[in-house]
Order: sequence, then C-alpha cells, then structure tokens
Amino acid sequence: MSEAATPRPRRERPGPLEYLRRWPLRIMVGGTLFFLYLPLITLMVFSFNDSRRNIVWEGFTLKYYEKAFSNASLIEAFTNSLTIAFATTILSVILGALAAVMLWRFRFPGKTAAEGGMALPIVVPEICMGVAMLVFFARVMPWPQGLPWPANLGAIIIAHTSFAFPFVATVVRARLASFNRELEEAAKDLGASEWRTFWDVLVPHMQPGLIAGALLAFTLSLDDFVITFFTAGPDTVTFPVKVYSMLRFSISPEVNAASTILIVVTVALTAIGLHLQNRNAQKTKA
Amino acid sequence: MTDVAQNSLDAPALRPDARGKDNVIIRFESITKRFGNLPAVDNVTLDVREGEFFALLGPSGCGKTTLLRMLAGFETPTEGRILIDGKDIANLPPNRRPVNMVFQSYAVFPHMKVTDNIAYGLKMDGVSGNEIRRRVDEALELVKLGGLGERMPDQLSGGQRQRVALARALVKRPRVLLLDEPLSALDAKLRDQMRSELTSLQKKVGITFIMVTHDQDEALAIATRCAVMNRGMLAQVATPSDLYEFPNSQFVADFVGRVNMFEGVLEKDEQDEAVVRCADFSAPVYLDHGVTGARGTTVWVALRPEKIEMHKRAEGQTPFKMEDAPQGANVTPGIIREIVYLGSETNYEVELEGGRRVKTFRSNLTRYDQEDFTHNEPVWLAWHACSPAVLLS
Ligand SMILES: Nc1ncnc2c1ncn2[C@@H]1O[C@H](COP(=O)(O)OP(=O)(O)O)[C@@H](O)[C@H]1O
Ligand SMILES: [Mg+2]
Repeated sequence: MSEAATPRPRRERPGPLEYLRRWPLRIMVGGTLFFLYLPLITLMVFSFNDSRRNIVWEGFTLKYYEKAFSNASLIEAFTNSLTIAFATTILSVILGALAAVMLWRFRFPGKTAAEGGMALPIVVPEICMGVAMLVFFARVMPWPQGLPWPANLGAIIIAHTSFAFPFVATVVRARLASFNRELEEAAKDLGASEWRTFWDVLVPHMQPGLIAGALLAFTLSLDDFVITFFTAGPDTVTFPVKVYSMLRFSISPEVNAASTILIVVTVALTAIGLHLQNRNAQKTKA
Repeated sequence: MTDVAQNSLDAPALRPDARGKDNVIIRFESITKRFGNLPAVDNVTLDVREGEFFALLGPSGCGKTTLLRMLAGFETPTEGRILIDGKDIANLPPNRRPVNMVFQSYAVFPHMKVTDNIAYGLKMDGVSGNEIRRRVDEALELVKLGGLGERMPDQLSGGQRQRVALARALVKRPRVLLLDEPLSALDAKLRDQMRSELTSLQKKVGITFIMVTHDQDEALAIATRCAVMNRGMLAQVATPSDLYEFPNSQFVADFVGRVNMFEGVLEKDEQDEAVVRCADFSAPVYLDHGVTGARGTTVWVALRPEKIEMHKRAEGQTPFKMEDAPQGANVTPGIIREIVYLGSETNYEVELEGGRRVKTFRSNLTRYDQEDFTHNEPVWLAWHACSPAVLLS
C-alpha cells in the first residue's frame, strides 16, 4: 500500500519455488524454445524468400504461395488430407468415447487385456503399424481400386482411425475419472432412463475430453506420414506424402509455402478448439 | 426393561406433527445386504410412518447409506423385501420409484442453470411447459432461492446448491424424500440454520422425510423418530427423547449423548424397586422401578452427566442423603480432578475412591456458580432413584 513508507529493495532474492528466476532454468527454457521453434520459424520465413535456393535471404515475395495454390496435385493432396482428417476425427471420437465409457463403466472378463490392447496403437512403432496396414489391405481386406472420390480414401481413413481413436479414448477416460457417480444416480432418481442419463449427464461431462480428443485425432491424421505412405495409392496422395515426393526432386520454397499453410491451419484449428474448450470449462466448471 | 421404565414414568408425548398419522408408508422386511460376504445391512425390519421426519443414526460404516440406497433403488437387497404403500418395489428401477433423494454431494448438474436443474425431473415425467414453469417457481420460493434461478451451479455457495438439490427433489412431490447426511458439508453456523429450515420445510410440504446422519445432535434436534444402527443391525428405534432417556443397550446409551457406564450386579428386583451393586461405588444404586432380570445378573448402569448432582463434602461427615433413596444409597464420595468452564455450564471430572473417573455437568444458573467448586475439592456425587438407566446388554 504505502510504498513510500517502506521502500523495497530493487531486486528481491528469488523465493524458494521461483525457479524461473534462476539462471540454470532460464538457460534450459531458453534453449528448449530455441531448438523447438527456430526451425519452424526459419521454414516460414524462407517461404517468403525470393530465391530458388533456400540459403540466403534475397527479398520478400508471395510467388511461391501462388505457385503452391496453382499446383493442382498439391491442392488435391491437401483436399484429400482434410477430408481424411475430418472423417477420421468423427469416427475416432465416436469409437474412442464409446471405448472409454465401456472401460470406465463396466467390469467384464478380459477388461485388462482390452485396455492394454486398445493402447497398443499408441506404443507400437509407427513403421510397424504402417507395414501391418499395408499387409492387411493387400492380403486380408483389399480396398476396392478405382472407387470415386471420397470412397477411394476409405483405406486411409480406416488406418488413421485405428491409431487415432486410442488417443481419444485415453483423453476421455481421464476426463471420466473425475465424474461424480452421484450425478448419474441423481438423474435416474429424477426419472431419467439410462439413455437420457447418458445424454443429459455423462456426455456434457465428457465434452471437454471429446473436444480435446477430436483435436488430437484431427492433427494426428492431418500430418501422418508413415502409416499413410504404406496405405496410399497413386490416386490417394495426401499432403505430407505429396510434400515428401516434392522434396525428392528439390527443396523448393514452394514446399516451404505449402508447409506454412499446413502449420497455420493446424495452429488455427487448435486455437479454436482450445477456445471452445475454455469457454465450456468456464461455463460448467465441473 | 424399557417397558417397565416407561410404566413408572409418564410416556413422553408424541410431537404434534407425528400424532394421528400412523399409517405405514415404508416397510423394510428382514432386509439384508451383503457386499461379497460382509453384511452391510443385517436383517433390518423397520416401519416408517406417513408424515414422519425419520432419522437413520449410527457411526460411519454402519450401513445407513446402504439402507437408503436400497430404498432409492441404487442397491438391490440380498434378502428381504421393501414395501412402499404396501407394494413390493423390488422390480421398480430407480427412475420409477415414488421417492427422491438429496445426495450427500448434492449432485446438482453442473452444466444446467438452477431452473433447469429443478425442472429436470418434471421434464422426465412429461409435465407440460407451463406447469413446469409454475412448479419450478414455487419450488424456488419454497427453498428461498427466488431470484437465483438463472445462476449456474458454480455461482452458488454450498448451502445454496443444497437448496437446489432439495427443490429439485421436492418439486416432484415424492411420497418420501431421502436425505443422505444433508448437513455434514455445511459450516457450523449454516448447519444450525439449515436444521431448523429442514424441520419447517418438512412441516410445510407434509412429505415423509428419511434422513441419514452420524451426528446424534442432529438426529435428536430434527427427527420425530430415530433408528440407531450398529454394524448393519438396528439397535433401537424410538423418539429422540426415548433414545436419550431410555436407551436399550450400552451401544445406544453411549452413542446418543454422553454417559457414565458402570458394570454391576442386580441384587434386588421387585415390582417398584431394584438395587444394583457396582464395584465402582461403595454405596448401592437404588432404583424406584423394577428391572426385568434375575438376581445376580450382570447389568450396566448408565448415568448421564447432567443427572448427577454434586455437593460439598467434609471429612467425617455422614453421607449426603438423597431424598428419594434410602440413607447411603445413590451417593458416592469423590474428588474433583478436572474442571472445564463452558459458559452456560461447567463440566467436572470427579475421581471416585476406586480411581474411576465420572463426568458431571452443572448449569451455571447464576454468574457465580462456577466458583462453587475448585480443583481437588472433596465432593459427594448423588443422583435420583429414577435417573440411572439399567441395561441388560
Ligand atoms: N458398493 C460397495 N461395495 C462394497 N462395500 C460397500 C459398498 N457400499 C458400502 N459398502 C460397505 O458397507 C458398509 C456400510 O456402508 P455405508 O452404508 O456407506 O455406511 P454409512 O453410510 O453408515 O457410513 C461399509 O463397511 C462399506 O465399506
Ligand atoms: Mg453414509
């Protein structure tokens, strides 16, 4: 209150828990941020570089964006990626939420095995998943060739859903752990059926988990390369696969431009998702 | 023994609100509930009558909540039947039972505003929109939440959330309202206020209330009748004053209020007097009523602290004479060892000759009463012939 009366020393010593005010941690945080973001920033900056080679700054230009946008196969790949990501998100959220509710709610023989089995796609190396998908779609259940768009993306959507839904299930399961069972009983006590209880009480509680899970599934699908690489055919190229094939010829600023767009889309979607989630959390604060 | 004791005293009057309505609304018939092999509720047979404010009282873990949850339909009895208005409800799921519950955590739906919370049960019943609005407003007024209908639950205090839970259950006009530890989460001041509000609310709506509590003060203050439970079994079912004054066992005497318990042997038992010899007193315990027990039976004498008088004692003095007991009976010498002054009363601990300590309370009727006795002062402890409760178990 009265600062004139009790002048404070200009620099207080850091408190016992103020790690951020001590130099070792500051260096670590600084280093982490540097190596985390500098490559990304470089990529974005050089997408505006007026030079065929990505080495020295020659001046600002938007021509590589123009080029990227007029590259029909790049646009097609981008559309494919977005379509796959949307479909994967919807399927993963439904499957993941159901799996989470089942594991949380019921006791049944083999529950531990089911739980472990479901987490498998999270821990199995992606390359193995990719090869497995390749074999599966080549031998066990070949996806019909030459289907019209978007049905031709079916194999990739199935592959993506199979590795994305366990992430959704994990997030929703964590959210369910904080559910007060008395809420469910209260709804039934007031006359709600099982089904009404599920929609009126359980789903609203799961909502932040569902949003977070959907975001996860969307971004996982959008930028997946390894698994897609093994399941994609010549007419189902996705954006990451397309970028990779472009890189094999040259590292052109066009690739930078395309990647920048992907980053912007992902970040924007995440921001929207987080914003929705926050608004919800503030509204319900469970 | 309780019967005899009641004969010798005027039976305590029923509270006006409990009188005249004695048709049974809820009947538990030999209800047993086991979790695994452990019985949580053990062969409980109990009637609750229409219009009662009934309390299930007992220490934590004795099965009160389990009994309530079986009534609401969230647990299934292992054995026995539950009847509501004479009908077995075994096959009714919770959402079809004519009872509603106020949960211990209140369980107010966090994503619905207050009016939607209260309207929820009516919506499930398919009540029309206008009717819902009217009844929700009524319920809000009833629990004194008028004006807060548009709030979200996280904008309410704990006490207000409880009122929402109450309104939400009452608006459905259940046959019976169940309350699980309704006051335990409130702070002391609010608890006192809510106590009296619950009582007046119950009178106003005229619905039968069944409340679970581990707090004997709460049960005595609110309930018209209590069932005391111990390890899944019913220990005693009685009005609050009967529980306190005529407990049927050491457990009830000890759990309800504070008590001094002395083991003794029944020496004489006749129609209108009895004598118990306790190792802790030099003098016999004289009773002005009979006890149903054979001579030589081991009994327990329960003496409430406020029913023990304290008188000054000097060396060589003849023992203090209690007017309703023979010379030398119902009086014992001791020395004050501890004094706790509580304002309205003072609590003393008196050491008897055998070393046993006895609690006694004295109301501070004048501003100087607490100065009457001091530490290490020799005193006589004395009690009326009708004061001790003699317990056979
Ligand atoms: N769902 C359950 N599964 C296993 N044991 C339970 C369950 N519910 C209650 N119990 C046990 O039953 C006993 C009585 O519990 P409860 O009715 O909650 O007691 P109270 O409400 O009187 O404190 C306790 O020993 C408790 O551990
Ligand atoms: Mg309980």
